[in-house]
Amino acid sequence: MALPEGWEVVCGLEVHCELGTRTKLFCSCPNEFGSEPNTNVCPVCLGLPGSLPVLNGQAVELAMRIGAALSCEVKPSIFARKNYFYPDMPKDYQVSQYDQPINVDGFLDLPDGSRVGIERAHMEEDTGKSSHAGGTGRISDSTHSLVDYNRAGVPLVEIVSRPDIGSAEQARAYAAELRSILVATGASDGKMEEGSMRVDANVSVRRTGEPLGTRCEIKNLNSLRSLVRGIEYEASRQVELLEAGNRVRQETRHWDEGAGRTRTGRVKEEADDYRYFPEPDLVPLQPNEGWVAAVRAALPVLPAQRRAALAAAVGLEPSTELVVTAVERGLDDFVRDALAAGAEARTALNRAVNDLPAGATVAVKPFAALVGLEVGGALTATQAKKVLEVLVERGGDADPAALAAELGFEALSADALAGIVDEVVAAHPTDWASYVGGNDKVAGMFVGKVMKATRGKADGKAVTALLQQRRGAAAG
Amino acid sequence: MTGTALELAASIREGRATARQVLEEHLALIATRDGELHAFNEVMAETARAAADRVDAAVGQGQDPGPLAGVPVALKDNLCTRGVPTTCSSKILAGWRPPYDATVVTRLAAAGALVVGKTNLDEFAMGSSTENSAFGPTRNPHDPSRVPGGSSGGSAAAVAAGFAPLALGSDTGGSIRQPAALCGVVGVKPTYGAVSRYGLIAFASSLDQIGPIATSVDDAALLLEVIGGHDPLDSTSLDQPPPDLRTQLDRGVVGLKVGLVTELTGEGIAPDVAERTRQAAAALEAAGATVREVSVPSVTYGLSAYYLIAPAEASSNLARYDGVRYGLRAPGAEDITEMYGATRAAGFGPEVKRRIMLGTYALSAGYYDAYYGKAQKVRTLIVRDFAAAYDQVDVLLSPTAPTVAFELGAKTADPMSMYMNDVCTIPSNLAGHPAISVPFGTGSGGLPVGVQIMAPALAEATMFRAAAVVEAAARDLAPAVEVA
Repeated sequence: MALPEGWEVVCGLEVHCELGTRTKLFCSCPNEFGSEPNTNVCPVCLGLPGSLPVLNGQAVELAMRIGAALSCEVKPSIFARKNYFYPDMPKDYQVSQYDQPINVDGFLDLPDGSRVGIERAHMEEDTGKSSHAGGTGRISDSTHSLVDYNRAGVPLVEIVSRPDIGSAEQARAYAAELRSILVATGASDGKMEEGSMRVDANVSVRRTGEPLGTRCEIKNLNSLRSLVRGIEYEASRQVELLEAGNRVRQETRHWDEGAGRTRTGRVKEEADDYRYFPEPDLVPLQPNEGWVAAVRAALPVLPAQRRAALAAAVGLEPSTELVVTAVERGLDDFVRDALAAGAEARTALNRAVNDLPAGATVAVKPFAALVGLEVGGALTATQAKKVLEVLVERGGDADPAALAAELGFEALSADALAGIVDEVVAAHPTDWASYVGGNDKVAGMFVGKVMKATRGKADGKAVTALLQQRRGAAAG
Repeated sequence: MTGTALELAASIREGRATARQVLEEHLALIATRDGELHAFNEVMAETARAAADRVDAAVGQGQDPGPLAGVPVALKDNLCTRGVPTTCSSKILAGWRPPYDATVVTRLAAAGALVVGKTNLDEFAMGSSTENSAFGPTRNPHDPSRVPGGSSGGSAAAVAAGFAPLALGSDTGGSIRQPAALCGVVGVKPTYGAVSRYGLIAFASSLDQIGPIATSVDDAALLLEVIGGHDPLDSTSLDQPPPDLRTQLDRGVVGLKVGLVTELTGEGIAPDVAERTRQAAAALEAAGATVREVSVPSVTYGLSAYYLIAPAEASSNLARYDGVRYGLRAPGAEDITEMYGATRAAGFGPEVKRRIMLGTYALSAGYYDAYYGKAQKVRTLIVRDFAAAYDQVDVLLSPTAPTVAFELGAKTADPMSMYMNDVCTIPSNLAGHPAISVPFGTGSGGLPVGVQIMAPALAEATMFRAAAVVEAAARDLAPAVEVA
């Protein structure tokens, strides 16, 4: 969905990700999704009177990993209390970071070569979860509410981008790239459907070249698809308002996936005042330089580097869809191993990305051998895909030549094929004359006859090439 | 038998008395007199008896139940006790029983102590007279028409009345030392972080410390040794072993440099109290210390800074009493916001409400820098001025409270005059330093006077040495100083 000529959308994303720690941020309760309600709780995460928080070192480690992966400066930080009343928040304040966050000033490079700035990536605790009973699930018609505090105190990192995103598609690419970084670093499982990665979008529009417009924060974007649709809808809504001479009101809006639109959330009469102040129950967090350096040194190879390496190996641009997909699906090492085992690059990349079912495992050697059979002409593309399918079914480690033979795909030599083509031509003199006379419509009939005669073993392109060669000779 | 904690523990450990006998005598005294004084919100007779029997059984089997074997201890009712109501003397915690023990409670039990009950306090420790209790005031054992001080007034009164030789209080701006002074007992605010706050229901987290109340300096030192030392459950707990105090108690003060704080001995201090403070200085000098006047200029701003910082933290700490999870929930509300409002209106008393409002205001956007931010700067100045003073002297001396115990109701109508009670004690909380109040004779009306000895962070051993000398000198004092 494109905006009218002369308009552009400006977008910044706030991504909350739950860290994959063993325990919660300030207590030893398990950090687990899907337990019976209110079973992973203790005096600390229930905020019982007298309880005190103790910071989880693993959460700090993972937060620093995120910062390092996003090229942030990892700094001494302090926790602060964000004060507001809400029943799913046991202490009626959230322990977060405010003016001194752990990670600041980073960036994320996207596959298309664009760069999105990262303002900060700070640590905070998650809240519990309310559900509204006795109605349709909305608070408005419910008779009572239930709160599950299992999630209260789960460690979060909130990653705040700069308003550098200029399209819904770029927002999707940013979120997808961020997710793969979270997964690659082991910081989070990045599951949007389980809420372990939650994306809010700040959306504004402006006429090209003008200053930033008034933004709305879009919540409830529970998938990458919702993110794209939500931003596109919201940008169009704002442009329509402005073109009609109205103003955009700064507010929080909720994406309604079913209705395909955003709706005004609670309209606040007053500005939020969270009365932030330093959390007196925790001491300043000052990871020593050795720890920070160790975290940086231990970072895995990140998706951008992997795309670059794969692209170089196969001779394509890093932004090529096949390369991006291969890295997203974690197939890049496999493809590079196949290349090292002698496979031809493009064919190997194609078969791996397009024809290996998700989760399938195939040993490098038979895969490389299969690619060799196809490239050498011993198998057609169709046959090679079928052999790969059977190879996967058989556990991924079998001789592809033997499988091809088993499937009746014995190699058809060039001479044999040429002989069969000549036989078919001889058997249909009238059609042949028509073809030689320039009627290309009968070419398909000849290819079909050859395929039939070879029981599908022939490569259609090779047959066509032989036919054209013979027509040239006949006409010559 | 009654006596100091040290005497009782020795008798019980050596088999000269049983913990059960000792306990029953204390329970009998409580039964006789606590109806009048109301030191306790809850007397834990049955659990104390069970604990006493375990101590006696251990002694019978030749085991050592610990340094506080069989010693009755009273706990301020803002310290969590597993399964036992912990109220903070507030209606809002009605019916709540903590599912866990505070770290200090666990340490008391491990030392063989018997928790005899939970003592009254100003609601959420906000007050200086124990009149702000939802369950009615505590009275001073020396004169039941007078307040015991506060907020740990129940604990101080319990020790002064002989209900228990030891008690724990909490001190945010003087809440251990001021009632100790008014009740004629010893009260200690340790270095911030020296005693775990885990299980202490927070008033102002950056100022709160748990500390001992006892009839002697030696007993107070023993109790601090038992409850002190690092606790992994409190992130602000210092990485220190339990303090070693009692081995150094009798070393005297020869050569010790004592500073009499200029700003805390003049205006606003009653003449009888000022006179006793000068006598305490003289006693230290007579014992070999050198005494001089020392100025700590910024302490005069301590009260103002405190009444921004403490309410600010309290406004956040007390947000959780919202009726959702535990304690009081006001009936009849139509929605959550109304329920919050009705619950908190019904559950909190006027002083707590006043401080929540003050604190909320001080933290509000647009006011933060002018109030909370400024108060934190004053706090930094006080730390700096104390550091300068401690370049010249080892410990500082001042009155603990400006007056002796006052009549019930005398200051309830005027919060500012009530707040002035803590003018001498607040600076140590703001600095995070230790301070002790030692009874030093009597003043107007024959009522007890306390003097305060302050020391730099973690200098408790030196502070206790000076306190022991003051305590010894007090025994030779003339009975009362009449107001001039």
